[in-house]
Amino acid sequence: MKSFSDVYRNAENKIAGIAAAPGIVIGEVYLFTKEKLEINDADITDVKEAKKNLLEALEKSKKEFNKIFAIAKEKMGETRAGIFEAQLMILDDQVLIGNIIKRIEKEKKQPEFIVDDEISKYQNLMVMSHEAYMKERANDIEDIKNRIVRNLRNKRWKSKFRNDVIIVSESLTPADILLLSRNKVKSFITDHGGLTSHAAIISRSLNIPAVVGTHNATLKLADGQNVIVDGFHGYVLFDPTEEQISFFEEKHNHLIALQKQLEEFKDKRAVTKDGKEIQMLANVDVTGEIDLVLTSGAKGIGLYRSEQILDEIETIPSEDEQVKIYARLASRIYPDFITIRAFDIGGDKFKLFDYDEPNPFLGLRGLRLLLENPKLFKEQIRAVLRSSSHKNIKFMLPMVSTLSEIHHSKKIISDCMDELSTKNIPFDKDMEIGIMVEVPSAAVMAKEFADEVDFLSIGTNDLIQYLMAVDRGNELVSDLYQEFSPVVLRTLKKIIDDSKLAGKPVSLCGEMAADTLAMPLLVGLGLESMSISPATIPYAKKIIASFNYKDSKLMAEKCLSVCDEEGVQKIIEKFFSDNKIIRTRNII
Amino acid sequence: MMIEKIVKIRNKAGLHTRPAATIVKLIAKYECDFFISRDGMNINGKSIIGVMTLAAEEGAELTLTFDGSDEEEAAKEIIDFFEKGFGEE
Repeated sequence: MKSFSDVYRNAENKIAGIAAAPGIVIGEVYLFTKEKLEINDADITDVKEAKKNLLEALEKSKKEFNKIFAIAKEKMGETRAGIFEAQLMILDDQVLIGNIIKRIEKEKKQPEFIVDDEISKYQNLMVMSHEAYMKERANDIEDIKNRIVRNLRNKRWKSKFRNDVIIVSESLTPADILLLSRNKVKSFITDHGGLTSHAAIISRSLNIPAVVGTHNATLKLADGQNVIVDGFHGYVLFDPTEEQISFFEEKHNHLIALQKQLEEFKDKRAVTKDGKEIQMLANVDVTGEIDLVLTSGAKGIGLYRSEQILDEIETIPSEDEQVKIYARLASRIYPDFITIRAFDIGGDKFKLFDYDEPNPFLGLRGLRLLLENPKLFKEQIRAVLRSSSHKNIKFMLPMVSTLSEIHHSKKIISDCMDELSTKNIPFDKDMEIGIMVEVPSAAVMAKEFADEVDFLSIGTNDLIQYLMAVDRGNELVSDLYQEFSPVVLRTLKKIIDDSKLAGKPVSLCGEMAADTLAMPLLVGLGLESMSISPATIPYAKKIIASFNYKDSKLMAEKCLSVCDEEGVQKIIEKFFSDNKIIRTRNII
Repeated sequence: MMIEKIVKIRNKAGLHTRPAATIVKLIAKYECDFFISRDGMNINGKSIIGVMTLAAEEGAELTLTFDGSDEEEAAKEIIDFFEKGFGEE
């Protein structure tokens, strides 16, 4: 079967960007040129009238922005809507407004010219900074500037146009996205912006596919042109060929069918033909995904990547802010459970020392970083504990490589519990504590590690990278990243067996679990729980329902005796055809 | 008289939008002038858009100046906010 990389390899009509929000969309381009406002710098005679116009325009802008702020709070929650608050404050900035008025009096020019010139000065300062987030900030302010200018001209903000279009723009402000989303826009493509730009984060939480950072999409695309947007891989295809259209229509239909199956399989359990049940859990990145989890029929959240909050609100959340987020997630998923993974961040995320790590993948990451920063770690632990009154939160430690790290962490957790007890703050005294097994040392010592904790979760992405000593993002060596290498299978088998010996549950939460080809093999290796993206769950249930556990066990044994990846893949493919499992390789 | 004080950014995330907004809200109640300068750039600390143009990461040093009748009280509150790392880690 043709794969995505086959399609993109030879396509001459592709524009590459960054996959900012998942989904596939075929549709028509609408060039959202924020009509480069021709700024009128004519002289004026009536200064009093100009000042009056300015104040009215500011008032009107404030009203409009209050509305946007309210929509944002409703759609995105209080914390994330916070980015709009500072913008609102700009409309009340007495220093800025005072300067604008002074200049109107002195220069006797159209107020729109002065407003544009004055705010642009600040934007230029921001753009000159080396920090990427300062450029984002300059973009956010663009919205305020244009809004005042438009209101000075008494023009209404243009946000009404045909539904069902694909918006192509140089950049989009958070307010643009929010307002455009109300018009049922199908997708966003932008020239600028990255994965953590506000626009990307908001698209993800609103579930609108987006490709950002294409550099020149606005130059290459024209109004009304047909395009395919692939928010999974970060590509745009313009004037697609029939072959491409049929490929993507099939993928698109497949996605829609998957959505339907979500409904169909919602209340079904994941059980093999001969009755072995597999626990299906969901991975959650963005807080908003909880809705998808609830409709997926997952038995709980196997992995909540708490570090995503840092991207969403651009800073380390305070303990109280964390409590708000965790408590809400826990109560939404109740009576099922949520596994909160402690911040899995590296030194690149925020500067801890004046020291650039030469090899961050082997550096201060995950638990190592948390143990170096007890204050940060304790705040998160206390926040998790304070959110645990429903007794449905589990806490998981990332990047564990030694036993002493576990001992050390458990001591800190018990200190935090004591602290809360003294203050009479309620929490779940029996909260389960588990670890990620993603470093080879943890795999080798899995039994001893499992003895110390309540559960294990295998993170295949990192585990495979470290086992094979290969960075899968590096094209020169990425073919050595082999999910089905016997080395990987034998390591998985050892971890699963060791956890059973220790009498502790083990789950698997890497991308491998979402690869449909791997599913029967993982079940055959004895894995009884996996955590995957919620959209993949119904598909996984369907595959699991189509074979016998005892057959998969025999197949896994055969795979374990093979010495190369190719051999393993052949055995698995034969298993699929023997059991008549239709293998649509998952696109998510 | 005038108060001048060099402060260090203590929180990990630096002077991002939220503390910037808080500084502007805190200083608004005082009459005195308040300026923040770094690397030759001098910013009116009563202006949110001004404070937002300062990219100040953890460890960066900023010079604060307060000038006016209530400069002492203002300086105390603002310097305290900086020294507490904006109440963040």
